[in-house]
Amino acid sequence: MSEREHTSKQFEQQLRTLKDKLLLMGHHAEKMIADSIQVLVDRRPSLAEDVINSDDELDQLELGIDNLCYQILALEQPVARDLRFIATALKIVRDIERIGDIAVNISERAAELIQEPELKRLIDLPIMAEAAQKILKESLDAFVNSDAELAEKVIRDDRFIDDCYEHIFRELLTYMMEDTKYISRALKVIFIAKHLERVGDHSSNIAEMVIFLVRGQDIRHGTRLDRG
Amino acid sequence: MRDGLKIEVSNMDFYYGTHKALQDVNMKVRENYVTALIGPSGCGKSTFLRSLNRMNDLIPGSRFEGKVQLDGEDVYASGMDVIQLRRRVGMIFQRSNPFPMSIYENVAYGVRVNGLTRDRVKLDEIVERTLRAAALWEEVKDRMAKSAMGLSGGQQQRLCIARALAVEPEVLLMDEPASALDPISTAKIEELIYELKQNYTIVIVTHNMQQAARVSDESGFFLNGRLIEFGETRKLFTAPTNRETEDYITGRFG
Repeated sequence: MSEREHTSKQFEQQLRTLKDKLLLMGHHAEKMIADSIQVLVDRRPSLAEDVINSDDELDQLELGIDNLCYQILALEQPVARDLRFIATALKIVRDIERIGDIAVNISERAAELIQEPELKRLIDLPIMAEAAQKILKESLDAFVNSDAELAEKVIRDDRFIDDCYEHIFRELLTYMMEDTKYISRALKVIFIAKHLERVGDHSSNIAEMVIFLVRGQDIRHGTRLDRG
Repeated sequence: MRDGLKIEVSNMDFYYGTHKALQDVNMKVRENYVTALIGPSGCGKSTFLRSLNRMNDLIPGSRFEGKVQLDGEDVYASGMDVIQLRRRVGMIFQRSNPFPMSIYENVAYGVRVNGLTRDRVKLDEIVERTLRAAALWEEVKDRMAKSAMGLSGGQQQRLCIARALAVEPEVLLMDEPASALDPISTAKIEELIYELKQNYTIVIVTHNMQQAARVSDESGFFLNGRLIEFGETRKLFTAPTNRETEDYITGRFG
């Protein structure tokens, strides 16, 4: 959807800066998740450190975005779509920041796992990781392009990730029941799967806010609160 | 009272000579609601407001078409007593316009002229009650005999509101009532509007969109003589349905 420019150039500039910062932060979080999975797949412990170190940068971006939002709210008193944009920014910034934390958690578990011999060849986890990264990217694309249809797809696709988690959990449960010495490693894989499942949830949250941004409808918690 | 509906405007057209200032406007003003009218200069919102109590009748070459009903009664019917109509539908203007007489007389004048009472005690009562309703009593009670011209701008505007209330209207039309006031006086007027809607129906024209958002229950957006969007204020300012409304209230125009 094309946007007409704001009559106040300063306000227009602030809104653009905010969008750019959110994009930068989203891109940063995407890369952290991708790298944290590579720690496991390529068995590269040094990459885990990179992920952990880059979390500070993500936190700084979050603070900068929060500040800019408060500044715009106080000085420009936005309404309608602009107001929804600021409300969306304040919420998705939190989701993106949490995704960064999740990347750190995945990296830590992955770094521990690769110290030990492989439990089994990982088949489902990379599929799940790919799906989680895809909907994360799509949720951010939906935000950038104000694409409510893509946001709806993200929400639908999140169910696939939930199913993946269920599947991995059951499979690893059988390993653990078979031999107690597998428990530690199997649990770590389950943790990673759970973290990926949370990435899906956060992407889904972002997508819900995109629908609110575009249509002015709140679809969270199965409600349509467009009025009242 | 008809289901909380106070004024119903149907298919209103309005012309200044050959210029069509309003085109096919339909609006339902609900009782005890504050209804705000917003839109750029020249969009027709003030013309619309003034046509609700036939203030436009006085403009030479103007022509009205359509229907305005007050409690179901046709305002433009030939038998309508316009003086009586304007008593029921009072008006507050952008510039406060107190009469060059005492504070007391400013409020009492309309009561006498309308023949509501001549009894001095009753008149005193009405003056005090309406000055209290206009949140001005405490500030002027000790100088009722002094000239109204000595009051501050904000006080003068509240005096004009008291004057309008004294004749016991049902509807108050306000045309930019706070645009010439400082923020504190503006806040007092806004607070007053909030109080007054318990007993009156208010229609307010304002260029200050934040003010419209703060004080009103329902809002209408006018553009080029048409009512583009009308509905709940909180909906209009968070998620308007019309693109032109969105562009206007977010400041994307021109």
